[in-house]
Amino acid sequence: MSTPRIEVIEQYCKGCSICVEFCPTNVLEMDGFLVKVVRPEACISCMQCELRCPDFAIKVHKD
Amino acid sequence: MAFDYDKYLRPGKLPHIWCPGCGHGIVLKGLLRAIDACQLEKNRTAIVSGIGCASRLPGYVDFNTLHTAHGRAAAFATGIKMAQPHMNVLVVGGDGDGVAIGGNHFIHACRRNIDMTYVICNNFIYGMTGGQFSPCTPTGDKASTTPYGNPDPTFDIGKLAIGAGATFVARTTAFHATQIDKLIAEGIRHKGMAVIEVLDDCPTTYGRRNKFRSVVDMMKRFKELAVPVAKAATMSKEELDGKFVTGILHREERPEYCEQYAQLVKRAQNL
Amino acid sequence: MAKKVALLQGNEACAYGALYAGCSFFGGYPITPSTEVAEVLARELPKTGGKFIQMEDEIGAMASVLGAALTGVKALTASSGPGISLKQELIGYACIAEIPCVIVNVMRGGPSTGMPTGPSQSDIMQARWGTHGDHAAIAVAPASCQEIFSETVRAFNLAETYRMPVQILLDEINGHMRERIELPEPGDLEVVDRQAPPVSPDQYLPYDPSFGDVPPLAAFGSEYRFHVTGLNKAADGFPTTKAKLVDAEERRQIRKVEANRDQIEKNEEYMVDDAEILIVAIGTISRSARHAVNELRKQGQKVGLFRPITLWPFPERRIAELAGQVKVIIVPEMNLGQMILEVERVIKGACALHGIGRVDGEPISPSQIMDKVKEVY
Repeated sequence: MSTPRIEVIEQYCKGCSICVEFCPTNVLEMDGFLVKVVRPEACISCMQCELRCPDFAIKVHKD
Repeated sequence: MAFDYDKYLRPGKLPHIWCPGCGHGIVLKGLLRAIDACQLEKNRTAIVSGIGCASRLPGYVDFNTLHTAHGRAAAFATGIKMAQPHMNVLVVGGDGDGVAIGGNHFIHACRRNIDMTYVICNNFIYGMTGGQFSPCTPTGDKASTTPYGNPDPTFDIGKLAIGAGATFVARTTAFHATQIDKLIAEGIRHKGMAVIEVLDDCPTTYGRRNKFRSVVDMMKRFKELAVPVAKAATMSKEELDGKFVTGILHREERPEYCEQYAQLVKRAQNL
Repeated sequence: MAKKVALLQGNEACAYGALYAGCSFFGGYPITPSTEVAEVLARELPKTGGKFIQMEDEIGAMASVLGAALTGVKALTASSGPGISLKQELIGYACIAEIPCVIVNVMRGGPSTGMPTGPSQSDIMQARWGTHGDHAAIAVAPASCQEIFSETVRAFNLAETYRMPVQILLDEINGHMRERIELPEPGDLEVVDRQAPPVSPDQYLPYDPSFGDVPPLAAFGSEYRFHVTGLNKAADGFPTTKAKLVDAEERRQIRKVEANRDQIEKNEEYMVDDAEILIVAIGTISRSARHAVNELRKQGQKVGLFRPITLWPFPERRIAELAGQVKVIIVPEMNLGQMILEVERVIKGACALHGIGRVDGEPISPSQIMDKVKEVY
């Protein structure tokens, strides 16, 4: 299985950190008021970040 | 595969106006997944709202959208549905909009059992105006107009809707993201008045005043306090105290208003 | 061929006029003395496939009318004093969102619950300024049952032409009075229907000023999808706080009435050519005034009647002209001085001005008007 690509749409992200908190494999971290993908290789495509982001700011592309 | 929200979003309208961590965006996404699951045709779908933070939702989505006056959404929606029964009519709004200033329209839409889906984002507060208590603010909680704690008892929106006659009533929370779209989709498929209450977080005006350290704390509380309907049935009243029962709270079949009216038209024309 | 005739109450004539105009939706709430409008339409609308709904309250009734109107149908509501006060919120919504609809106000005494079974003309200023914020207003004030029918048709035409709410002001007397009326055949009266926008859906903006001051309104449920809000908005219908856009939209909405006064205004002038005394009256009281004019003419007094049928926009140009001709204007009205304020504003002191006000639940009689004429001239 290839590593999914995580896309952050920076101009939509408001820095609420919901995605960071609910990621089970610590792929994401806050960088000030912006989310950053720091460990993409750990992503298990659970989609929690995309599902819970209130701001349409994060997408997980599996293909 | 990532869900393609873009096909339902109006181009150029994001970022939305909601605060960081506000659950309304989560509800919006759930609503779009539900609409997609039900394959609603854009031209035949109207989304109506009142006034308040949640009521800004229709502006972002590519349907026939109507941002009305405070509390009046259900009544505008009733006019649309009566005039065009073939249209899918959805209403979105907050707790103050829906059951305070709009309470009369809300209960009578339930009573008529008119075929619409009312998604009510209950974040326990008037957010747009800066955090005044609503009929859904828990007793004792702080709001800008209850600096000594809220003296008012609280509305149970689910019970209110059931009592008024809604034939599909469900509850979930902003934490239970996948349940949001499943319940809204069930509500859309249901023939009659469907009310889906989503317990929502307002970190800015409610959370801050009520000792939630973060939006994540608010989400976790929803997770902890939610009790699925089946489990709730096995619990005592005392055990359920302070908890939220989630899932489909009520479902019944009862004649739908526009269908009843169509029968009336037939009677009138056979005079 | 002889016309079909009927003995109709004013409120009934209003309901039949609405049907003639193609009204297919009524949302209402029971209130004296307007209820017969609802009762007739509850019976007649289903026969034509139309919809009647009695809502939970007056605001809900107005909301249902606006929701229905946005789907392309002609929609009506009818009420009186307290109900019209409640509807003001959404009359303003209809103004800013530019939703055609017709509101009947069968005026009764007030303020508040007032005198539900007594006539009044005390909502004249409410019809102009009842809802908050700057806005244009169109209101018609028919006098006879025949005219209530035809003015109801015209009210729908004005609503569609100018894409805005139009009010019909009746009162407890002409709303409940029965008269013989000739029922117009289809085609006798002009009926204006809403047209689909002359552009494709992808080019449609609901408030596009390139169409002129009255942009076409598409229907919800058609292939035109658009956004409607009560916030100040730009041409695309979405909220804006940009000063220039807000200003342009507000001014356009006022201008669409102001620039079309000639098409909207409708007056009746009776024996004004040589008049030295002019009576300005509307609705029921214009009937007393006409009687007074006839009697005074018999006595050799040069009296005339000017009757605004379109009350708003107020016929200020013509009244100003007449003020230059006559010596005295008398304004009898069933309130304590509302329309007289408009007359005073437009005549700018060009002639003497006197009012007759009455709020005791009785109409102003011809002899009351005659006495006033004799008193002041």
